[in-house]
Amino acid sequence: MKFIKERLEYLFASTKGLVLVAISLISLVTAIWGTLSGPMVEWGVRDFTVRLLGMKLDPFFREGRIIMLYHTIAMAVIAIEVYLMTSIIPMKRRYKLTINATVTVGYLSSLIFGLGFAYFGRNWILHGLFLFGLSLMFFTGLLLAVALWPWNKDYYVRSPEYAHTKSGVDLERVAFFTMVIATLGSSLFGAVAGAYFGNGFETFLAENTVRFAHKTPLQLGIIGHLHIMLTLIAVAITLIVGRWLDFKGIYHKIAMPLMIFGIIVITLGVWMVVPFELIAHMIIYVGSTFIMLAALMLVIYGWRKLIKDRLNELGIEKAGFWKGLKALLHDPLKFGALWQMVFMNFTVSGVGIFMAIELDKIFRVWPWREERVTLTGHWHVLAALIATIILMYYADMVGLKGKIRQWFGWILIIGSDVAFAGATIYSLKRLFVKAYYQEPFVSKIFLAMDIGLAAVLVILALLLLWRLFDLFKGEGVWRREKENPEVEVPRTSKEVLSE
Amino acid sequence: MRRILIITLAIASLMLWGCVNQPEKWTHEEIKHIDTGVDPNSWVLIPAGEFFEGQFRNLRHLKKLNYDYEIMVTDVTNAQYAKYLNEALAAGKIKIENNQVKGFYPGEKYTGFRHERKIGPGYYLYYPLEEHGTRIKFDGKTFTVDKGFENHPVTMVTWFGARGYCQFYGWRLPTEAEWEKAARGTEDFRAYPWGNEITPHHANYDLSNKEIRKLLGVNHGITTPVGFFNGKKYGDFQTVDAKSPYGLYDMAGNVWQWVADKHERMSDRFMKGGSWMDYDIYLRIWAYNSALPYNYYINVGFRCARDVKKEAPQEENPASENVEK
Repeated sequence: MKFIKERLEYLFASTKGLVLVAISLISLVTAIWGTLSGPMVEWGVRDFTVRLLGMKLDPFFREGRIIMLYHTIAMAVIAIEVYLMTSIIPMKRRYKLTINATVTVGYLSSLIFGLGFAYFGRNWILHGLFLFGLSLMFFTGLLLAVALWPWNKDYYVRSPEYAHTKSGVDLERVAFFTMVIATLGSSLFGAVAGAYFGNGFETFLAENTVRFAHKTPLQLGIIGHLHIMLTLIAVAITLIVGRWLDFKGIYHKIAMPLMIFGIIVITLGVWMVVPFELIAHMIIYVGSTFIMLAALMLVIYGWRKLIKDRLNELGIEKAGFWKGLKALLHDPLKFGALWQMVFMNFTVSGVGIFMAIELDKIFRVWPWREERVTLTGHWHVLAALIATIILMYYADMVGLKGKIRQWFGWILIIGSDVAFAGATIYSLKRLFVKAYYQEPFVSKIFLAMDIGLAAVLVILALLLLWRLFDLFKGEGVWRREKENPEVEVPRTSKEVLSE
Repeated sequence: MRRILIITLAIASLMLWGCVNQPEKWTHEEIKHIDTGVDPNSWVLIPAGEFFEGQFRNLRHLKKLNYDYEIMVTDVTNAQYAKYLNEALAAGKIKIENNQVKGFYPGEKYTGFRHERKIGPGYYLYYPLEEHGTRIKFDGKTFTVDKGFENHPVTMVTWFGARGYCQFYGWRLPTEAEWEKAARGTEDFRAYPWGNEITPHHANYDLSNKEIRKLLGVNHGITTPVGFFNGKKYGDFQTVDAKSPYGLYDMAGNVWQWVADKHERMSDRFMKGGSWMDYDIYLRIWAYNSALPYNYYINVGFRCARDVKKEAPQEENPASENVEK
């Protein structure tokens, strides 16, 4: 009994345990549900999974199933971000405990009952519990906003290294707070439209409406919702990575106002899609530029810091380009988290901007199905990039060291980037290859994508298997983490000490 | 580390390798002829009545077409289209310009809405000649079909070209509603023309193409002769009789089919049925694709419909040029 109690305490009462549970569940869902599409169908794996698990894949409800699947995975990712925030941002202990408990019940309810409803029989009780889970997630956001209230003097910044107002309000905390408020509003934005479509079970995928001249306000609400939610999840992980790498100094002071302003502008821009669709896009472009500039500041700061720290470690005072590069690449986890943000510009932002500029000339000349592939590829890649950044942070958090850290980090970077580059090239294939000859081209791209994704999934599986076997040890890593449950970041340690 | 770098470079080279092997000039292909026994000149009557339109089984989506119409049992074949091109050329209804078959279109209302294209009266592309993937060639006098492709559905035909064909014979393209009714019937609410299950033996789509290319002796995805999935066995490949409740073939898979509807403030025209390149989700009756009316593609064809009664229908106006929705 003690054996189970101790492990459950670790898994559900420590930040590191909670993050592990969420990552494991996302991995499990991804592994199982990943067999339902793509080449797995051709290989007969889908039929095997469906038979084994007793899934019901009614062709009429595919869109609804997919929407629920996206939501369940998104809730688990949001839960991870919430756990990290409650651990690395100073807040009252009672808030932290309540928030973590609420978000855990929330994401587990939406994940278990959402997938149950969507794939194992359309039982109304399951749907109700799915909605209950989503409601708890919203309530978590409210609690988080209260806990993060930046104008609480207890959390004023004393160090001149971090961005703050004259009175001492911590601008990084304001950025987190703004992101949470924007997320709450944007989730309501989707919930209103979702209540209409979901209750009538007449769901649709946003990419299916992209060429319709007339979209109803509720359809526009859904389109805005999915875009802004993914953006805000990306903003959250950027801020979290900043905390991990102890983002400070002049870059921090420039980045934080940009980030706050960017979040406000982009969120308002997306909300304006419903009444003023035509000008909303311009506002969104402005907002995203500010956010991307803030992320650029983080990347510049982070990479300089990585080089500096490594050279200091080696006792090198002055280094040339190659030594500097070697120092930068020394730690693939920290380098990789920032690199993925840069890489995102090639596979997500760059493609998005190119599409916007050349829409009528190129993309609208293609059949809609081709444009749809580009759109879905675009945001799948963004979502997966965010996931890899979380994994890099997690791998650092669990203390991967030496060669294992190197192998894990580099396989994660190279595997995911090959897959995402492949997905991007695939989605733009008609730029390079005539339709008649695209088949061999696509086969090779798919091969590269499959190799990349397989590499990532294998190392992730190894990491999780290690953590699973570790739980059976009396004095495993889990015990160390149970005794030291919080995620350590330099800034929080300083802040806690100074209180 | 060096090993990882080598693997990365190998993968990158593999990806780049995929870009090559794209000849400048199109070489027409020949394949094995397969007789399906289905007559592409046959039509079927769709009587007036109600049917469920779209994806959701809800009384709101119960639609009534209060007129009878006829629709082709199969897609228009390459042989039929080549015959039309020869007849239309002789009748002066089409012209050949810059290796393109063109025909007249009276133009349509332009509202200046975002992404809308101005399509005024003029000659528009019907069928490109010597374009990669075409199965019909022109020797300066006559249009002929590549051997073996005679009874395959015509592809690489634009919406203008599809409309031109139907109009030449006094017919028209079916509306989306007519197409869906013909595919689904009125008896029940089904996802595919034959029911709710799909296997590689029901239709020519992504999953069945591997077997089909083996059967036809080609190394790339390809169309099947019209009416192929009729329960017959071709070599080792056993098909299911996958006709719609009204007896139409290829209403799912093989080629996308242009439909007539012109949606307000949009230049795109819609297609139904999915194709040999697509996953099963695109073969569902309510699924659609769209493209500009002068767009052609290796997996897009059409079939025609025709009126039975002379009175104009109340809900749809299929005889008109553009059915506004």
